[in-house]
Amino acid sequence: MKIGIPKEIFTDERRVAATPPSVHKLIALGYEVVIEAGAGEAAHYRDEAYEHVGATIAADTHSLWSEADFILKVRAPMHNAALDKHEADLMKEGAFLASYIWPGQNPELLKNLAARNITTFAIDSLPRISRAQKMDALSAMANIAGYRAVVEAANHFGRFFTGQMTAAGKVPPAKVMVIGAGVAGLAAVGAANSLGAIVRAFDTRLEVKEQIESMGAEFLQLDFDEEEGSGTGGYAKQMSDEFIKAEMALFAEQAKEVDIIITTALIPGKPAPKLITADMVKSMKPGSVIVDLASERGGNCELTEPGKIVNQHDVTLIGYTDLPSRMAKVASDLYATNLFHLVTELTPEKDGQPKVNMEDDVIRGLTVVQNNDVTWPPPQPETPVSPKPAPGTEEPSAEQKAAARKESERRSLIGKGAALILTIAALYGVGAYAPESFLRHFTVFVLACFIGWQVVWNVTASLHTPLMSVTNAISGIIVIGAILHLAQADSVAVGIMAFMAVLIASINVGGGFRVTHRMLKMFRR
Amino acid sequence: MGTGLVSVAYVVASVLFIFSLGGLSHQESARRGNLYGVAGILIALVATMASVSDSGLVAIVIAVLVGASIGVAIANKVEMTQMPQLVALLHSFVGLAAVLVGFSGYIDPLTHTTGAEHTIKLVEVFVGIFIGAITFTGSLIACGKLDGRIDSKALTLPGRHLMNLAALAVSVLLGAWFLGTDSMALGILALVLMTVVAAVLGIHLIMAIGGADMPVVVSMLNSYSGWAAASIGFMLGNDLLIVTGALVGSSGAILSYIMCKAMNRSFISVILGGFGQTSSSSAAVGSDDQVALETSADEVCEELRNADSVIIVPGYGMAVAQAQSGVSDMTKLLRERGVTVRFGIHPVAGRLPGHMNVLLAEAHVPTTSFWRWTKLTQTSRAQMSCWLSVPTTQ
Repeated sequence: MKIGIPKEIFTDERRVAATPPSVHKLIALGYEVVIEAGAGEAAHYRDEAYEHVGATIAADTHSLWSEADFILKVRAPMHNAALDKHEADLMKEGAFLASYIWPGQNPELLKNLAARNITTFAIDSLPRISRAQKMDALSAMANIAGYRAVVEAANHFGRFFTGQMTAAGKVPPAKVMVIGAGVAGLAAVGAANSLGAIVRAFDTRLEVKEQIESMGAEFLQLDFDEEEGSGTGGYAKQMSDEFIKAEMALFAEQAKEVDIIITTALIPGKPAPKLITADMVKSMKPGSVIVDLASERGGNCELTEPGKIVNQHDVTLIGYTDLPSRMAKVASDLYATNLFHLVTELTPEKDGQPKVNMEDDVIRGLTVVQNNDVTWPPPQPETPVSPKPAPGTEEPSAEQKAAARKESERRSLIGKGAALILTIAALYGVGAYAPESFLRHFTVFVLACFIGWQVVWNVTASLHTPLMSVTNAISGIIVIGAILHLAQADSVAVGIMAFMAVLIASINVGGGFRVTHRMLKMFRR
Repeated sequence: MGTGLVSVAYVVASVLFIFSLGGLSHQESARRGNLYGVAGILIALVATMASVSDSGLVAIVIAVLVGASIGVAIANKVEMTQMPQLVALLHSFVGLAAVLVGFSGYIDPLTHTTGAEHTIKLVEVFVGIFIGAITFTGSLIACGKLDGRIDSKALTLPGRHLMNLAALAVSVLLGAWFLGTDSMALGILALVLMTVVAAVLGIHLIMAIGGADMPVVVSMLNSYSGWAAASIGFMLGNDLLIVTGALVGSSGAILSYIMCKAMNRSFISVILGGFGQTSSSSAAVGSDDQVALETSADEVCEELRNADSVIIVPGYGMAVAQAQSGVSDMTKLLRERGVTVRFGIHPVAGRLPGHMNVLLAEAHVPTTSFWRWTKLTQTSRAQMSCWLSVPTTQ
């Protein structure tokens, strides 16, 4: 089957859906790969590089689209002005397509694709479960956007991020606030932190506190313990009015203090919440920068303009919507790998023939058009996809934990008590009834056990095997008993038994010490 | 040689054995520790031979020399990857020797005892043979499994715990009968029956355990072989045997305890032979939550080339594939490029406690690069650019 990689026609889209390494791997899965001439140019991948790994270069746009059985691309199919035809109409009937689709916003496109019998995988509809992480293009792109947001902010910010003490005077460190600690937010926290800024981050989901702190930022917490902002699939949900009020007060206070604000707050299926008001922008120090990563969905700041950089009240507002595309090379690398993993899932036989297994949750979620049917939205799984763990593995509640701890303490107490009583009884039995000669040996035995216990604990783990073979050799000391019997043997039967015992115990002694010696010779510092 | 001198020699031998185990606590003193052990055995042997009458000396010397040379010959030939089998096999020898000495001690006792002392001695004989027989057959099965002669999968018969309990109960009943009878023939019959029951129990206990749990099994059998020697020591009234048996027994017990901890198992359930019912050492919790990404040798090479710090986590797979020298060469290459390479060795990796260390040492990987597992897991993952895991094959 032929996989086709078209050149992206969306304005300023520099990414490409396949890179030479991913093409190489796709071919290994049994596919042929055709690339539109110049598809990778903006991401600095030349046609020759693709040809080198075995792809063919399509003569023109039209032939690529009509030739390919499986199109991999970045942006959703759109109207091609040069050919005056919609990309979906250029495709072969019955072909496959994998790209961003945004099925919620593009019902027309879905209908169109279904009419042309094009099985479509929307990479943006991927279920957010661990197994699907390797295909998660949204996360991969969000990571890039978060990093780039910091770089853009630094570019428009007139100071160092890190504080410095120089002969020419003291430079204070930049203070950065990140709102929304999803993948993009955390990436921004990490990037700002490694540039040396003081970073604070806010999120309605309390569970991300640890993640924020692990990236080196301070978590801004509201005195508001009633509400928890986790929605399904690891996304945030809309909060109550009181919560939003408290949150806005926090932002207003922070706005006066910080130099850079990066906002990444999104709620699935809703316009981006307005978190930074015009007044807050006005209250910021002159020269401050706001990067609004939500600008494509309306923006978190009232004053940002999607796709543009504007200056309002002496604050630079960056509203770029194409941050991943501004880092086209790495974005293409990651996206191509995501798509490669998707194709791998679709081709379990590695025979170059995709199979759409609708029983598989991941594939089911991705598939928005199958043959002539629109299959979006996928049926809600019976159990919510989000952190509902399998029965028996869910995080026990605090009370359950405490109860379990108490129970185990009680049990270990009972166990210890029983062991103590048994030991006392056994000791009493031995002391009261055993003859003197036995007690002497018994004393030796108990003391030897304790010596062994003390000595062996000090043995390092790497010497456990030699320890075992030495103790093995030493336990061949049983040869002494056998010798005593052999020397005294009256009957032939006992003599033979004792002889055998001496023989095999000696094997043990000789073999054990010899092999330990060999082993220890190999150990060196 | 007088009994006083023999006793002194035994004390010296005991002390040397303790030094021997103590010496193993560090790499530098380990070889000395082994020599202490050899010296201890030699002193004990010579003292014992000097003390017995001349009657059986020739046979004794022949048996010792032949046995020792067979042992050394085997030890010289064995591959380091076959270490677990060898250790298990040697355990079975101790078990068999304990059984034989126990029978000899019953049929032809060294000293004649009466009353309570006699009863205690009979109990010692019985226990010694019982532990010895379990150790013998159990170790043979373990050896077979480790060698691949027996399928390493756990054999789970229905109601196996009941069967084990029944075997134990039968042994206790036989023991009561054995203590109650005055006739030598009936006593021997009871002993033989018990030996058979114990042998079957040993086979069954170890058959029920899967390959990945073998480190615990081997160290437990090590412990058992020690206890067998100790009970024979009680039977003979020989303190040297008691001390040595106790040392070995507690050493094996500690090793099994460490292994159990590392696998999150309870020590008690292992001691009772209740282990292996779950293959939980490898069972994933919430399997949906764990992702395995397949990779190729080329990609791993690329990753390694770009790494600053590499941690290699070897498993039984390395032993099976005989890959230790390959791993060693790779380590050398990476070190030449200035990459920090460390080994994270899980306590139960392989089929024997410390198995991986021995293999890597054979391939000349310096022991300083071995990290304790706890230290490894405490180190922040952020410091590491690459984890290379050589997977365990079940």
